[in-house]
Amino acid sequence: MASSTIELAAPDVIAKYEVVIGLEVHVQLATNTKIFCSCPTSFGAPPNTNVCPVCLGLPGALPVMNRRAVELGSQAAISLHCNVNPFSRMARKNYFYPDLPKGYQISQFDQPLAEHGFLDITVTPEGEPAYKKRVGITRLHLEDDAGKSLHDGSFKDMDRYTYIDLNRSGTPLAEIVSEPDMRSSDEAVAYLTELKQVMQYINASTCDMEKGHLRADANVSVRLKGAEKLGTRAEVKNLNSFRFLKAAIEFEVARQVAIVEAGGKIHQETRLYDTESGETVGMRSKEQAHDYRYFPEPDLVPVRVSEKWREQLRAELPELPFDRRARFINDYGLREYDAQVLTATRDMSDYYEQAAKASEDPKGTANFVMGDLMGALKGEGKEISESPVPPEHMGELATLIKRGEISGKLAKEIFVKMFAEGTRPSVIMERDGLKQISDTGAIEKIIDEVLAANPKQVEQYKSGKTAVAGFLVGQVMKLSKGQANPGTVNEMLAKKLA
Amino acid sequence: MNLAQLTIPQIQQGLKDKQFSAVELATEAAQFAAAENPKTNAYITLSPDRALATARLVDEKIARGEDAGALAGVPVAVKDVIVTKGVRTTCGSKILANYIPPYDATAVERLEQAGGLVVGKANCDEFAMGSSNENSAFGPVRNPVALDRVPGGSSGGSAAVVAQGTAVVSLGSDTGGSIRQPASFCGVVGVTPTYGRVSRYGLSAYASSLDHIGPFGRTVEDAAALLGVIAGRDEWDSTSAAAPVEDYVAACRQDVRGMKIGLPKEYFAGLAAETGDIIAAAVETLKSLGVEVVDVSLPATDYAVACYYIIATAEASSNLARYDGVRYTHRSDSSRTLAEMYRNSRGEGFGAECKRRIMLGTYVLSHGYYDAYYLKAQKVRALIAQDFARAFEQVDAIVTPVSPFPAWKLGEKVDDPVAMYLSDIYTITCDLAGIPGMSVPCGATPEGLPVGMQILTKHFDESGMFRLAGAFERARA
Repeated sequence: MASSTIELAAPDVIAKYEVVIGLEVHVQLATNTKIFCSCPTSFGAPPNTNVCPVCLGLPGALPVMNRRAVELGSQAAISLHCNVNPFSRMARKNYFYPDLPKGYQISQFDQPLAEHGFLDITVTPEGEPAYKKRVGITRLHLEDDAGKSLHDGSFKDMDRYTYIDLNRSGTPLAEIVSEPDMRSSDEAVAYLTELKQVMQYINASTCDMEKGHLRADANVSVRLKGAEKLGTRAEVKNLNSFRFLKAAIEFEVARQVAIVEAGGKIHQETRLYDTESGETVGMRSKEQAHDYRYFPEPDLVPVRVSEKWREQLRAELPELPFDRRARFINDYGLREYDAQVLTATRDMSDYYEQAAKASEDPKGTANFVMGDLMGALKGEGKEISESPVPPEHMGELATLIKRGEISGKLAKEIFVKMFAEGTRPSVIMERDGLKQISDTGAIEKIIDEVLAANPKQVEQYKSGKTAVAGFLVGQVMKLSKGQANPGTVNEMLAKKLA
Repeated sequence: MNLAQLTIPQIQQGLKDKQFSAVELATEAAQFAAAENPKTNAYITLSPDRALATARLVDEKIARGEDAGALAGVPVAVKDVIVTKGVRTTCGSKILANYIPPYDATAVERLEQAGGLVVGKANCDEFAMGSSNENSAFGPVRNPVALDRVPGGSSGGSAAVVAQGTAVVSLGSDTGGSIRQPASFCGVVGVTPTYGRVSRYGLSAYASSLDHIGPFGRTVEDAAALLGVIAGRDEWDSTSAAAPVEDYVAACRQDVRGMKIGLPKEYFAGLAAETGDIIAAAVETLKSLGVEVVDVSLPATDYAVACYYIIATAEASSNLARYDGVRYTHRSDSSRTLAEMYRNSRGEGFGAECKRRIMLGTYVLSHGYYDAYYLKAQKVRALIAQDFARAFEQVDAIVTPVSPFPAWKLGEKVDDPVAMYLSDIYTITCDLAGIPGMSVPCGATPEGLPVGMQILTKHFDESGMFRLAGAFERARA
């Protein structure tokens, strides 16, 4: 970390304070085309190729609302338990910036698409018990994204020039504003995690943070524990990863507490998180804040979402992760942590659900999915959606163990073949003779053979050295090629030697 | 062929009878415009190649016996705030002095599909801000009727080319009277359709909620024909209306007996005496055609100019933000920082009137002033619309003067912007209410300066307007 002149408070001092956090999250909506024109939203095209008069802000060009953006925004709002307003309005937010071609952003101001929602989160602080919490959602509104200013040195004269790529200009965003309900960086991370999951579940956004599809600004303030009045907040911008969100909040809290402890005042300001130094840096004070001169966008008609349309959109929504987790715990007997892992993405939870439904042992299925399958996928750098093993096969594998047809050890062996071949576990079991032997007659025959071949060990056992039984069991298992039911072997061997 | 006197029906007849071809019309128009333009400066850019290309297509269609369109072979001028693909579009501003758009406005596309020949880009006040066409970075336009006088504005060039005869019809734009007032000053017909009737796609925005594209013509029917071609829903403009487009040319030929018009008393105070007399005589003509005349009142009129200059400038301050020196506009080369580049580019690129309106608009939208100005102006706007709605329960149309006085001398009012603003007093309410209005020539002062009569009707009733205007024109012919 670069040396800094910013004074930071020590943890024991910070502990006297309550942290108050609200998040403003920008989510890129997963439309095929931009919000006000038909240019593609695809990522990675050569600079300034996904553009047209509308998103270039050429004279005379007019925006036309993308219906799909309203749908996805409404579905996001419904999923966050917001009221979708039957009538909302776009508004112009005026400011100058080189990558803002119109000189204003088309956003929403006093009449947003949706308001008054909440998001339930599960917070898992390190070394402390997990707990649940409800975070209020103030509003969700639609807006267009700006272009990008490039300073990355990819052109020779970038020391003198800023290059502008307007491919992103006009990409649809939903801005989701939370209430100042979070009290720690862990809660902020849990909120963003849950929000991301919800957006991905409903396919409102891919939330690809590396591509900037999910970006957060944090409003942070501190007050002495027990104090009623909220402290003055600073808004920290440019938080495009969970790690940065956590680090920036923690830095900001330590900075603010140090100022308050020293008898100073927190200034209301916008600060930028510097990912290199790990510090927040003042960008502009309240006095320097832009006067955005909002006014209703005259080029667009109001956004009307009828009750019928809204209910149609609601009906299309899948089960949300919070509800699905609760159901997995309830129906399949999963532990909280397992339920979280298995609902991390919609694909994962859909996969597990199908596997569990095909299984006589949903809990055992969960272990195989989280352990063997996820390990194998990770090894090959694959997503769950690319799994060579269909979910029904995973369910069947757990069922075979539950029925005693294979041992856990055999199951692992079978799984490797399932993953390599995509074949059903029952087929592999039969084909490769990997079925567990529980037939007492067959096992007795093997035991007799082993006992006859190892008279010395039998003698030792009988003289009281019972530990040698482990060796004899091992011999039996070896002779059965691992197929003998180990429980049955133990039981029968003990009888024989008695 | 005498281009300066041709009407659309005559062009259609001439093409049909093989008196001339569309290519000959395009060539003649190009030569005539090039020769005549120095007198008035009504065109900023001539586009003979473009006109010729369309003319060839028209001639081919005619040769194949196909319908070549309602505007086949008709030379049309386009106000330079309306974009034309490949033809420089300056908006009358230095800041766009070299701007060549990559696309066509919907209205231009439609008029060319109907066979119209785009002969050039008409001069105008910078970004359509002005009432005299003296705010053009390309010099003022002279009124063809009296060359020492202004043609009106902001569509002064569009009115002048039609009056001068270098185009048969033209497109203008109207935000507070910018079509009707120059039409009145130049003695031609100018139509501001209902807001939403004609797509604004490709009209560089001055005040989006007030901007209209509309036609000029030497006859009521010619203006009606052009409106019929450009009107109708456009998916590229969300504020364009799906209301069915009627046959406006047919409307021009209907009888007016039994129609009822209202004269709003608020529009006859403070009028130049000679203008008042000319309008009174025009009303007598309408009466003689069997039109019933009653008095009506539009009490919110007093607040219209103030209301207009708040809403229009607020929107303008935002609409003109894109001309920032970053991309296609003039960029000052004497800047060291980004802020300086913005300031210098805009400072050098915009004329005084644009700057005045940008500042006014920025002010009225500022934090703490929004409610007192913008919001209040919106309420007044609603009252003005209510006034009209109430009046139209009583009457079919409202008849007023277009301007309190005829064309003034060049330079006479340039130093008094408020006097200039007040000259729009009779035309502004129509834009604020979103209703259609037109200016029909109805006489001239003893000096020979044209005076226009304004006809206003309710939303989407352009037909009612054309009916009165057509009958009036025939009665005076």
